[in-house]
Amino acid sequence: MTTRDTAGNGSGAGATPGHDAESLALLARELRRDVIQAIYTAGSGHPGGSLSELDILVSLYFREMRHDPANPQWPDRDRLILSKGHASPGLYAVLAKAGYIPHDELETFRKLNSRLQGHAHPMVPGVEMNSGSLGMGLSFALGCALAARMDNRDSLVYAILGDGECDEGEVWEAAMSASHHKATNLIAFVDRNRIQNDRHTDEVMTLEPLADKWRAFGWRVFETSGHDYAELLDTIGSAKQDRIQPTVIIAHTVKGKGVSFMEDNPGFHGRAPNQEEFEAAMKELA
Amino acid sequence: MAAQRQMASTRETFGRTLLELADEHPEIVVLGGDLNVSVFTHLWRDQYPDRFFDFGPAEQNMVGVGAGMAASGKTPFVSTFAVFGVGRPFDQLRVLVAQPRLNVKLVCTHAGILTGEDGMSAHGIEDLALACSLPGFTVVCPADAVEAAHAVRTAAKTEGPFYVRLSRANTPIVHNGDYEFKLGEAEVIRAGTDVSIIATGVMVSVGLEAAELLEQGSVSARVVNIHTLSPIDEASILAAARETGAIVTAEEHLAHGGLGSIVAQVVGRSNPVPMETVALSGYSESGRADELMVKAGLTPEAVRDAAMRALKRKGA
Repeated sequence: MTTRDTAGNGSGAGATPGHDAESLALLARELRRDVIQAIYTAGSGHPGGSLSELDILVSLYFREMRHDPANPQWPDRDRLILSKGHASPGLYAVLAKAGYIPHDELETFRKLNSRLQGHAHPMVPGVEMNSGSLGMGLSFALGCALAARMDNRDSLVYAILGDGECDEGEVWEAAMSASHHKATNLIAFVDRNRIQNDRHTDEVMTLEPLADKWRAFGWRVFETSGHDYAELLDTIGSAKQDRIQPTVIIAHTVKGKGVSFMEDNPGFHGRAPNQEEFEAAMKELA
Repeated sequence: MAAQRQMASTRETFGRTLLELADEHPEIVVLGGDLNVSVFTHLWRDQYPDRFFDFGPAEQNMVGVGAGMAASGKTPFVSTFAVFGVGRPFDQLRVLVAQPRLNVKLVCTHAGILTGEDGMSAHGIEDLALACSLPGFTVVCPADAVEAAHAVRTAAKTEGPFYVRLSRANTPIVHNGDYEFKLGEAEVIRAGTDVSIIATGVMVSVGLEAAELLEQGSVSARVVNIHTLSPIDEASILAAARETGAIVTAEEHLAHGGLGSIVAQVVGRSNPVPMETVALSGYSESGRADELMVKAGLTPEAVRDAAMRALKRKGA
């Protein structure tokens, strides 16, 4: 499995293993602007989690995943299941940059007759799963992983879960069954930004010791910064090796990462910036 | 009469039919929730262990995994009891199966009060309402084991979300072996001109008995088997309304949201006629299946009486 061919089967721009940490960071800065622009244009949306997950998405789509934007249904692709579907702007920005959808389409986010639903739906090329109710993505990802194994494909299946999402019981049903069924081709991320809808996660529901919980459910656990590309890429690289059980990467992130007044601020979990905030955010990200 | 009819298990038929489909449909995978012996998927589990996954009693995850498999080209048959397979993971059925129109086959046994002694929490009497509320779901409630086999075969061949409702108890056989099942097309299982008994599931056999009772009083009752509740066959319902002028619906399901509600919507919109409903008015209790059917009023006599009420209103 370690000799997997990571190139796409076409000429898609997305599968470019040539990016290094520095160029990915630059790319992410551009995509953060797209996220803020899309949510501001829509007048609603979830900036906090879209910004916290973004570096994970960028690492996967522009470095680590085997995929082809020209052939979204390529059976041998690696899959990314965005379980925290409210953070769709992060995914849409990445899919637009990779070439799955036109960049202009980001302007239609949350608007009538757009494919870019508030919560991601697979009508969008590159979106694997319908989303919006928390807790479902790990189960869906496990289904993809088991199907790939049955078909003797060496595809990997990635899932991104929110930390608040781990309050959902289905996450642990899925965790238990993934290790039982030895889904070694499943790599989950927890976007550990420490804020959920209402408040900080510690105030709403105690998650710690989170790594121990995953270990107790039979998972191999890595912890990493979710923003330092050198560390993040190194961790994903390690996660791909020596897989004898499902793997979770607890990515320590900052909610609203990249915009000072959104960082670690529960107020920007699910609210669009006003004009003044939008201009300040775009200036910071310029 | 039911007492003279041969009885058979719809759930065992399901398990055996799946085996027959295995070679023809290599994409079929079976997902179970620790009730495989009861739903007869243990037959598949033992024969095709590489195409079988157990998830324990964790139905939200089971449906979610099924959706992921369907999105990867598999045809997952997800099977458990109706209360655990429809109500418990309803949001997963909604978000992961119905909204993206994925090819998940949900086959639930132990529906309705025929589940008997386990009591009200085990009686799935809301499942048809829930399943029919999901846009794009095909919903089939077979009248007997012959039709159950057709339903399972058809589910395997039909792209999209699919629910099949089966019973715990053995139920009367009302079809011959040469019966032709047409998905979405109701079956006029008995011709009649004065009143129509529109029934689904086990109530088709009860309706046929009621029709015999009515015949003794020189009333000609048509019996229409609505095996497919969604999409509903409006033409057959409207033909019954137009040609017989009175309707009784009969279902082993809650009155709200099931067959009666669906038929009322169809005739109310296009051809209102006097209509009576025979259905469950609320939760049942522990007891033998036959005792519960009598106590709930799901009997040939009750259907006959409802037909007479509808006839009386028609004549008024």
